[in-house]
Amino acid sequence: MKNRTFTIGGVHPAEHKLAKDAPIEKFPIPAKVAISMAQHLGAPATPVVNKGDKVKVGQVIGTPTGFVSGFVHSSVSGTVTAVEPRADLAGNKVMHVCIDVEGDEFEQEIDCSDRIDREIKLSAEELLEKIKNAGIVGMGGATFPTHIKLAPPKDKKAEYLIINGSECEPYVTADDRLMREHPHEIVLGARIMARVLGVETVVLTVEENKPEAFEALSNATMRYVGFNVFRMKKKYPQGGEKQLIDAVTRRRVPSGGLPIDTGCVVQNVATAYAVYQAVQKNKPLIERVMTVTGQCLPEQKNYLVRIGTPLSAILDSVGGIPAESVKVVSGGPMMGKAVANLDATTQKGSSCLLVLTPEQTARTPEMVCIRCGRCTQACPMGLEPWLMNRLGRAGDTAALEENKIYDCIECGCCQFTCPSHIPLLDIVRTSKADVMKIIRSRAKK
Amino acid sequence: MNPILITIVTLSAIGLLVAAILFLVAKKFKVEEDARIDQVEALLPGANCGGCGCAGCRDFATKLVSLDDFGDVQCPVGGGETMNKIAALLGKAATVQAPKVAVVRCNGSCENRPTVNDYDGFGSCKVKAALYSGDTACSYGCLGCGDCTRVCKFGAIGMDPESGLPVVDDTKCTGCGACAKACPKGIIEMRPKGLRGLRVVVLCNNRDKGAVARKACKAACIGCAKCAKVCTHEAIVVDNNLAYIDPQKCKLCTKCVDECPTGAIHKFNFPVRKAAAKPAVEPKPVSEPEPVVEVAPVLAEEPKPVVKPAPKPVVPKVEVVADDADSDDVIELDID
Repeated sequence: MKNRTFTIGGVHPAEHKLAKDAPIEKFPIPAKVAISMAQHLGAPATPVVNKGDKVKVGQVIGTPTGFVSGFVHSSVSGTVTAVEPRADLAGNKVMHVCIDVEGDEFEQEIDCSDRIDREIKLSAEELLEKIKNAGIVGMGGATFPTHIKLAPPKDKKAEYLIINGSECEPYVTADDRLMREHPHEIVLGARIMARVLGVETVVLTVEENKPEAFEALSNATMRYVGFNVFRMKKKYPQGGEKQLIDAVTRRRVPSGGLPIDTGCVVQNVATAYAVYQAVQKNKPLIERVMTVTGQCLPEQKNYLVRIGTPLSAILDSVGGIPAESVKVVSGGPMMGKAVANLDATTQKGSSCLLVLTPEQTARTPEMVCIRCGRCTQACPMGLEPWLMNRLGRAGDTAALEENKIYDCIECGCCQFTCPSHIPLLDIVRTSKADVMKIIRSRAKK
Repeated sequence: MNPILITIVTLSAIGLLVAAILFLVAKKFKVEEDARIDQVEALLPGANCGGCGCAGCRDFATKLVSLDDFGDVQCPVGGGETMNKIAALLGKAATVQAPKVAVVRCNGSCENRPTVNDYDGFGSCKVKAALYSGDTACSYGCLGCGDCTRVCKFGAIGMDPESGLPVVDDTKCTGCGACAKACPKGIIEMRPKGLRGLRVVVLCNNRDKGAVARKACKAACIGCAKCAKVCTHEAIVVDNNLAYIDPQKCKLCTKCVDECPTGAIHKFNFPVRKAAAKPAVEPKPVSEPEPVVEVAPVLAEEPKPVVKPAPKPVVPKVEVVADDADSDDVIELDID
């Protein structure tokens, strides 16, 4: 069968999947952790523990604030030393719960065995409640609370559940390893979500550069009716929600609309794995697979890291930052963010820690737009980044809105492809924020 | 007949016909406009800066003519004088507000506030602020990319390459507030200009706890509230670990300036007494001829301060001349 892909735009960055042969290793529990209360999209959670409290692994330490928010659990056992604002990856102050680790004592109901529990006993409502209480968020990077995505509005019906194992970002191999090592858990997680949504058809997507993962998932889904594994073309941003829906169903999410408008719900493979752990093993989201990679590192690793582990501890385990390296990126090189503060800790959405050298990150001076149109060709949302750049610099928010800047998914294809090295994404992103602010203030009136 | 003559006659006839049509159209579709709008517009400075909140001077003139009472409406550039003239023209009363000036509430110069990481992204404060907290440990201070200097239509604010901070020229600043709006960190405050430009200001915006703020920047306000204690006019409020001097209540006694342990409080335009001078603000005694330092915007090529002797003694301050050609270049780099 031909490999599927989305219809418009896209780029082909070099894949650099250096860590793809490194099996997932358990990262040792650090002596101190700091767990952020803002690990999901929406309002940060409200801390419910105080300084001096004893906590166990899996205990709730933050409760949701408002509708779009989520639970946060302790990833270690020990004593809470502080509940205070601390600098996150970007240096912004966010409320953290800091815990000094003592032993590794789990909450009683958590099942830590490797036994695969295939029988799903609960009803859809109970399952959804369990997913919500486990604090599960979209682990592909967007960190949107999963329970909200799994409960679409009553007038909209989900037809397809798409489990995204595309992992189109260069360097990142966390999902690849997870699919190769835990395909049954992922498929069971998908079954649980399918039951919650009441959908019959589940599609798992894997890019063509991960044949082992494709094989593993194909074998794992063999016995289930309605499960399909699709092989996708290697192209960025194949794992984008809207691109994936296009590739799988050839339906287009309407401008300004949500994926559910096309009857699709997209979840990441790591989310599916976390859902399985939460429902069948009672284990809330307290750890995730994270790739530690970079040409300048002596070892490439895929770690199962407890949430709240300091980045510096992870980098130390691979020999510290090499002298020549300059940039540490959290996430992949396309959509990841440069880390401004190595004392920051891992979060639910941290899929990769990438260390780059000065040569790799050197910026070429910006030149004038030569109107080659490459950015327009590359844009997977069919936008015109060159125009957005002009309008954005002129501050013409009305024209930006007319040109649907709010549809931008900030994938960075435009900037990647620009031969004049114009920082298109930077301009478009800030302009989009301005336009969204105006749209929101209008909605309030 | 001579073809030249035919041509002339034909073209003249067409011209006359079209002129007649245009005349009739102009008569028929004439837009009646209040003649006072033109008069008011002529009185306005014509800077089209948007400081009044309108789209330009004509828009503002239209608004003024339609208003019964001016209320708080004010042209910051023209100031009270202009507003009084307009009020006289329109037969209304104007409430004159004190002229304002932009104050950069950050003293995190390269020396005071060391960088903890390197920023190599797009040179715009707005973009930088959207990405992360900044290249120093202070997440409240100036980002140093000069967005404020690029929006100023009066060349009143420019980057000092030495300190990496924007410097406001009081004589050129009209108080339109464009820079304050452009600053993503909100460190620029529009404060009343005060008598002879005398001001006492806390040059810090850091709301972290004292120890954290001090670690990030030597000149940070640590919220110790010593200034509030020494102030006899209750002009200083310490909120969120940050002192703020209310310009309405401040009587310019400058006790707080001497009291501040980190030197976060600065006085501006005070006549210098021999020993009490603060070297950073008042470089030299008034009696000598003062150098006026012209500083090109930091983004221009090789910002080299040009020192020129001024013709006569002036109040010492750093004058910043925005080079029009260069700054245009920066803004519209690839707009076309």
